[in-house]
Amino acid sequence: MQDTRIRLSRRSVLEGMGLVAAGLGLEVILPARAHAAPMPTSLPAVPTEGLRANVFVHVAPDGVVTIVCHRSEMGQGVRSSLPVLIADELGADMAHVKVVQGDGDEAYGDQNTDGSSSVRKIFDDLRYAGATARTMLVAVAAKRWKVAPAECEARDHAVFHKGTQRTLKFGELAGDAAKLKVPKKDAVTLRPRSELKNLGKELPLLDGPDIVTGRAVFGADVVLPGMRTAVIARPPVAGGRVVRYDATKTLAVPGVRQVVELPAAKKPFLFQPLGGLAVVADNTWAAMRGRAALDVTWEGGDNAVYDSVAYREQLLEVIGKPGKVVRNVGDAEGALAKAAKRVQATYNTPHLAHAPMEPPAAVAKVENGTCEVWATTQNPQAARSEVAKALGIDPSKVTIHVTLLGGGFGRKSKPDYVVEAALVAKAVGAPVRLQWTREDDVRHDYYHSTSAQRLEAGLDANGKVVAWHQRIAFPPIGSTFADATFAGEGEMGQGIVDLPLAIPDVRMENCEARAHTRIGWLRSVANIYHAFAVQSFIDELAHERGTDPRDTLLEVLGPSRIVTPKDLGVAKVPNYGQSIEEHPVDTARLRRVIERVTGLARWDERKQQGRALGLAAHRSFLTYVAVVVSVVKDADERIRVDEAWIVADAGTIVNMERVRAQMEGAVVFGLSLGLYGAITMKDGAVVESNFRDYRLARIAETPRKIHVDIIPSDGRPGGIGEPGVPPVAPALANAVFALTGTRVRELPLVKTVKV
Amino acid sequence: MSIRLRVNGTEHVLDVDPEMPLLWALRDVLTLTGTKYGCGQALCGACVVHIDGAAVRSCVTPVRRAEGREVMTIEGLSPDGSHPLQKAWVDLAVPQCGFCQAGQIMTAAALLAKKPKPTDAEIDQSLAGNLCRCGTYTRIRTAVKKAAGMPTE
Repeated sequence: MQDTRIRLSRRSVLEGMGLVAAGLGLEVILPARAHAAPMPTSLPAVPTEGLRANVFVHVAPDGVVTIVCHRSEMGQGVRSSLPVLIADELGADMAHVKVVQGDGDEAYGDQNTDGSSSVRKIFDDLRYAGATARTMLVAVAAKRWKVAPAECEARDHAVFHKGTQRTLKFGELAGDAAKLKVPKKDAVTLRPRSELKNLGKELPLLDGPDIVTGRAVFGADVVLPGMRTAVIARPPVAGGRVVRYDATKTLAVPGVRQVVELPAAKKPFLFQPLGGLAVVADNTWAAMRGRAALDVTWEGGDNAVYDSVAYREQLLEVIGKPGKVVRNVGDAEGALAKAAKRVQATYNTPHLAHAPMEPPAAVAKVENGTCEVWATTQNPQAARSEVAKALGIDPSKVTIHVTLLGGGFGRKSKPDYVVEAALVAKAVGAPVRLQWTREDDVRHDYYHSTSAQRLEAGLDANGKVVAWHQRIAFPPIGSTFADATFAGEGEMGQGIVDLPLAIPDVRMENCEARAHTRIGWLRSVANIYHAFAVQSFIDELAHERGTDPRDTLLEVLGPSRIVTPKDLGVAKVPNYGQSIEEHPVDTARLRRVIERVTGLARWDERKQQGRALGLAAHRSFLTYVAVVVSVVKDADERIRVDEAWIVADAGTIVNMERVRAQMEGAVVFGLSLGLYGAITMKDGAVVESNFRDYRLARIAETPRKIHVDIIPSDGRPGGIGEPGVPPVAPALANAVFALTGTRVRELPLVKTVKV
Repeated sequence: MSIRLRVNGTEHVLDVDPEMPLLWALRDVLTLTGTKYGCGQALCGACVVHIDGAAVRSCVTPVRRAEGREVMTIEGLSPDGSHPLQKAWVDLAVPQCGFCQAGQIMTAAALLAKKPKPTDAEIDQSLAGNLCRCGTYTRIRTAVKKAAGMPTE
């Protein structure tokens, strides 16, 4: 959601390097190496001797290379990938590289780990970080040997003179290199791709050994001396407030220390805490018991009217009427009027909660006008500025250490819970661990939006699709940041204005929808409902025409070509914040993943084999993904997914192993939301509370086999974490139709069929 | 009231509310944070530990139930990450975010102790209570088989 998120200053990495020269300290936490309990309060800093070419790389005189991972690790493998790319450019040997986690600091450039952006947006910047250090080490070696730098090469943690095979180790060069002026970007040359020896390989999982032994440190695992634990009773309705409360019983619970009232949230919600009552105790159990004993009267406020069942009807009504035109080519209404046949269908999807396995948590210490925080956050810079604002201190007085994240999926881009920890810590005058329970997580999320869409196509006498009319309504993410009721440009850029269609007359309209809860972005965002509707509808057209769904999809997408904004009938394609010239909408790539996935799944033999397969494909975050899902009926008539295939063209791959893992995970994430996921609101409050009623796919509900295939490419890198998700739910719904003849137009499937 | 129990081979006497779930006694009192809180209602399995070798959900097990018994957490499964499950988990790069994996491994360890060569159905059944939001289930199945010395294809 490029247009609506709070944008942080995005200084270039090279400017960041300048800050280092000015003496910026690199205080770092080492979550993966430190034992969780007790956590040391003084954290190891990067040694000051040796070469610090920029904020990302340090070469010590003993040869240890320290590389900062400035993005948050939430399972996507960023810590196992980005440092290796820097090391490759440098010529470092990973056996002598120490990876440390960067605190929240603008010196790193953008650290907000979402939008599947960690490789696609900073691939070259990170390479320059490594290449700059290499250039400096090579310059020292060349000077010592009195040869030209071009005669030297850096590899295997040393610089070699090509002519004489003389060698100087990185450590032997670091001291003198530190005395050099840091070269400007134009004086630094990137290696040819072929010299990046780990690029695209199956790289080891950096934090694997710590995770399987319980040593890995997540948000709630940080322990400080004298620390208390707090849980908060929040208003059940977003925007509500405490009218009155009685904490007598709470304070009688052994271990409970005090109750702190937090200010109510005002619209727009931004990243504010929701307010409520914090129960502070000696341990989590006492805090939870104390909270349960609170006697509180709440007021709901404006959002108390929200009933998501009734709202669904409202959305369906809204898409019956014209909306704001967001894309127009030709005359769709005229073409529909003349069509030999019109096909129309309506789709809708519910709110979703992120439900990362680790609920939000943060540890904060406020003393002497400073604040130090350890948090499971995707967005440490926003956490820093929000904490500073809430405490009324300068951001420079706030330090945000990033732990490992037990999942994020967009939830942990919003630092409301980090601010809560800081406010409570300040109020009690002691370090505080703020723990969200699962109920808190399910009931106080920034929810994935609920949506309704109406699609209509016109077919000519030969069955060719000649007109396409689509109306879309959902409360937008912009409502969390301002009084917005129409979708942002970014949301329309997720599978609406950028959708390639070989159809002469196309019209897309966005209809108004007002939010009555906090809306946020969830893994792949608006692509989820857009791909569900579009990819289901094309499958419906195939059955309507009696043509093969794959052939129909290829026909509707059209021949291999670059689709320009003009072709799409829009002034601009947001393109996930990147250039449309560098990352065009390329139907050849979309066709290729479709052809590849149907080949692997033996699509053409499915009828002989008696298999029910469903297909869907979607471009998002500059990556092209196609999915085939196979479904079967169990003995008890339950529909079960028994196999899935996913093919991605993500351009250049940094870490093939984690990319495959992300695609496997995306299939399961897509199945969870396709089969079960739904958040219901009644009287403004969330009905679901835990995994009992907010169901996720379990092991037996996961296909026995998920086949992943990545298209080899040296093109510009696309996103990885999110693009696997959007095609999964429509592929599943299309497979269910193939098996049962029941067309599912509403997610989750559990509302329509037995799963 | 004091509760006497052994955790990972070490004797402890805890001065805690006997109704406090074992999870919080481990995490907050003994600072053994490898065991995770995910739901508090025995729905997700992130908190699984062993009591006398049996897998239990520590989030709903009062600490008094461990009185005089032997508790094992992920930290005690092996001194150095050398348990066959831990090795298989690393070899196959099972974890994504990693938060649920201690519970997955402890559940699988109890299974293998009872059934050294489990069937696919037994693996699925044993791990049915362990959620993984990242979706690492297919690798978990393979890793359990690998740790059991069974063919993984």
